[in-house]
Amino acid sequence: MKIVVCIKEVPATTKVKINPETNTLMREGVESIINPYDVYALEEGVCVKERLGGGSVVALSMGPPQVERSLKEAISLGADEAILLSDRAFAGSDTLATSYTLAMALDKIGDVGLVICGKQAIDGDTAQVGPEMSEKLDIPFVACVRKILEITEEKAIVERMTDDGYDVIELPLPAVITVVKDINTPRIAGLKGKMRAKKARITVWTATDINADEERIGLTGSTTKVTKVFAPQPRGLGMMLEGSPEEIIDSLYDHLKSGHVI
Amino acid sequence: MDYFLTEEQQMIRDTAREIAEKKIVPARAEMDAKGIFPTEILKVCAESDLFGLYIPEEYGGFGGGIFENVIAIEELSKACIGVSVSFAGSGLGAYPILISGSEEQKKKFLPQIASGEQIAAFGLTEANAGSDAGGTQTTAKLDGNEYVLNGTKQWITNGGEAGIYTVIAMTNKARGSRGASAFIVEKGTPGFSFGKKEDKMGIRASATRELIFEDCRIPKENLIGKEGMGFLVAMKTLDKSRPGIAAQGVGLAQGALDESVKYARKRVQFGKPVIAFQAVQHMLADMAVQTEAARALTYAVSKFIDSAPKDISKASAFSKLYSSDVAMKVTVDAVQVFGGYGYMKEYPVEKMMRDAKILQIYEGTNQIQRNVIGQALIKEYAKRGK
Amino acid sequence: MGLLIDKEQCTMCEACLSSCPFGSLEVRDEAIYATESCTLCGACIDACPMDAISIEGGREVEEDSFADYKGILIFGEQRQGKVASVVYELLGEGRKLADQLGEELSVVLLGAGLEEEAKKLIHGSADKVYLYDDTNLEKFHDDVFTEVIANLVHEVKPSIMLCGATAIGRSFFPILAGKLKTGLTADCTELAIDKKEGYILQTRPAFGGNIMATIICPYTRPQMATIRAKVFKPAPLDIHHKGEVITKSFDSTKIKSRYVIQQVVETVEETANIADADIIVSGGRGVGGPEGFKLIEELALAIGGAVGASRAAVDAGWIKYPHQVGQTGKTVCPKLYIACGISGAIQHLAGMQSADVIVAINKDKDAPIFDVATYGIVGEVDEIIPLLIKKLKKG
Repeated sequence: MKIVVCIKEVPATTKVKINPETNTLMREGVESIINPYDVYALEEGVCVKERLGGGSVVALSMGPPQVERSLKEAISLGADEAILLSDRAFAGSDTLATSYTLAMALDKIGDVGLVICGKQAIDGDTAQVGPEMSEKLDIPFVACVRKILEITEEKAIVERMTDDGYDVIELPLPAVITVVKDINTPRIAGLKGKMRAKKARITVWTATDINADEERIGLTGSTTKVTKVFAPQPRGLGMMLEGSPEEIIDSLYDHLKSGHVI
Repeated sequence: MDYFLTEEQQMIRDTAREIAEKKIVPARAEMDAKGIFPTEILKVCAESDLFGLYIPEEYGGFGGGIFENVIAIEELSKACIGVSVSFAGSGLGAYPILISGSEEQKKKFLPQIASGEQIAAFGLTEANAGSDAGGTQTTAKLDGNEYVLNGTKQWITNGGEAGIYTVIAMTNKARGSRGASAFIVEKGTPGFSFGKKEDKMGIRASATRELIFEDCRIPKENLIGKEGMGFLVAMKTLDKSRPGIAAQGVGLAQGALDESVKYARKRVQFGKPVIAFQAVQHMLADMAVQTEAARALTYAVSKFIDSAPKDISKASAFSKLYSSDVAMKVTVDAVQVFGGYGYMKEYPVEKMMRDAKILQIYEGTNQIQRNVIGQALIKEYAKRGK
Repeated sequence: MGLLIDKEQCTMCEACLSSCPFGSLEVRDEAIYATESCTLCGACIDACPMDAISIEGGREVEEDSFADYKGILIFGEQRQGKVASVVYELLGEGRKLADQLGEELSVVLLGAGLEEEAKKLIHGSADKVYLYDDTNLEKFHDDVFTEVIANLVHEVKPSIMLCGATAIGRSFFPILAGKLKTGLTADCTELAIDKKEGYILQTRPAFGGNIMATIICPYTRPQMATIRAKVFKPAPLDIHHKGEVITKSFDSTKIKSRYVIQQVVETVEETANIADADIIVSGGRGVGGPEGFKLIEELALAIGGAVGASRAAVDAGWIKYPHQVGQTGKTVCPKLYIACGISGAIQHLAGMQSADVIVAINKDKDAPIFDVATYGIVGEVDEIIPLLIKKLKKG
């Protein structure tokens, strides 16, 4: 089976902050990484290939040329090959334009049995590209898979996380799934994988290569627009309770009681 | 400092570092407290191709040398030397085969060790024989096509966990240390069993056990080199493995320094972080200099050995002696920087201090290292005097 | 098409350089340029004090085609035949927006045996409820829900569609948006109407909650958004509110799911049900280990709350993921949130800072959790909590 894992390169977002005075982003020393959820997707792709005893794992990404570095990392983690969709025309894509672009690339790759994405990317946290892509490809979609119980060339039985527990779903393939972190423990890239990645060549496709309709990619193909970026509101000051531990507890209890909180 | 590592050497460092940070750091306190052998972590090391760094490619290794192995050991040691000794112990067990083994022995055993499918162990020490190998009491008698082993080895790192053991036994007691020979014994051989796991002060994740031989019959082909070469094989093995111990010292000292600086920046007393006090700064400065000096020496010695010079005993002893003393001093100072918190198990530095002590003891105490260096000096200057 | 920097306006203050999340702006020959890595995210446009930066290109608004699109349609999520509480929260907020626009507020409800629930939605201030009452809709299938609702959208042409950012909403709303070829903004925490343009302004956290972004959908209709649960106050029930339940049907022989749900399993333990709890006692790295969580549980039992946790505690394996509060866990809005040994990383704050009352217990007096706390206590968790438990039991 040909398995495609979609990968996004993101800034290590926990370090991106807004300067509350100037309202600008502070990104000093923030490096780019593979979206953490996508590492689980990749690991699952490699596991599925191993379970099936054959096939290939293709890592697919869209972004500027430097994303090659992340795709090489994907190869060191077990992907057999990697494709980068890179073109100035893709810049400014929202999730709809991105999913269209990825879907066109998947068409070109052809004969894909399973597409795996991380649950969401940690920069945008939208969780939209996977499902939107499935719509364009017109194949089934299951979100938040926490376990692939069975898989053959034709179908998979998966557990989907829900708000109350999980569903067991029989899913015909090809299909798109997104995975949560519970699904596996990603491997550490070994030396052989790193050597392979060093030598690997990343295929680069432009908008023309994937026959993309220029009306549906990049800024032109995007339906949403960011109008403002700002820092979250800090909360008003509260009070520190002081004294001996017993006094503190008595004071807390009285406050909560009088505020009808307990 | 930048030591101008090659791209491959950087990959080794990064891989080992990732294992240390992701796998060892979260598990080390529990492994230490309960004496849990790091089976899973060693499996990750195996999957990451770290076990064969110093083994030639023709035997399934990475084709590097002592230096490549030292880089990996140093990184693992930053997190826990109980884990890194289990890793490095496999190399110690493999060196006799690599140094003096036959082509058949190399083909049979080295690929298993390089892949990490089996870990190895080295059995030299006995109740009455450590650095004084002449006191070895374990015997091996040739009986037809087999050697029959009898005796007990003591404090063997990876004992019980390893699959392949290289063991020194007397084939001719009358000849003293010249009557010792080296053998390969596989786990599961009838007559080969293990004592209980030792309860140690430090490196508690590592397994230390007795190897017990009771009429244990092994094929004649498992003799390494020739009869009587055992002591020589053992000495050559230790010459090659000592930079690994040095690397443990460097990594441990660096780990302790990292923790100390991190803590000193956070801990506030008298209204400022304690790192703002010169008394603390000076301690940290000394720790940093000593760690870096130990690293520079260990790297230089490893590269020197990899250049295949004739006599390496002195240089090898240099690295082990200096780095292990540095590790002891730096970890003691780390506990001091932490003050009362350093004495508590909540922070990792008390474990580091307990762990450090073994580095001054095993693979030849630091007194023995000084003997080695002293004797080498006598020889060297005697030669010059001619 | 691309980023335009007006050299006449630009004063080389370099405010834009640090504003770029991708490090894509550089200074060359005394001017600022965008490099290839620029994604046209627009962060620099806001940062520029001289209004020297703009994005060239993008599509044109075909306003005429919007004239037919009116009203707000809410997805009425139900599980096991009961409408989810987030739907009432959307009604509460949706009512305000609809009144501002002077348009209708409706709900689409899919499932079986939901007539009573549909009526209740009217009491929750809906003007119309489109009810698809069919046993084939009892369980959630992405493709079936998408098809059925897409058909309704073609028919009633809503201008705005809202859905809870629940597991179900986040799963199928993007597919629906893809099918309708329109924009969707995920996980919004604030909605408003741009009175001039008539757009809905959708505000959401990004970059792990470290920044907020306001997003519009100017070119296509409907404008779609998923909304976090517990962000808005639920609509009060008013039995006098008038509305209409419109029964709809679909052809279940034509619209079928491609996958089969073999089993629906509910697993979440009692103390893990933090999403709906009024009181949450949460533990972080400062509780020290899995044993520390026993104390947290004891307090939760004593005070009648659920047990939450920070990501650090979950990552350390001290407690399971369903308990996690924060950006990558659940967003909660209890009446009382007691944070024990939680330093208050911004990701955690994003998930709990809308709690009515926050009590923070931490040994580090400078911990950021105290910035959001109503009552702060500097002290050891294992000293303070047993005292509080004792006090609660004694009364």
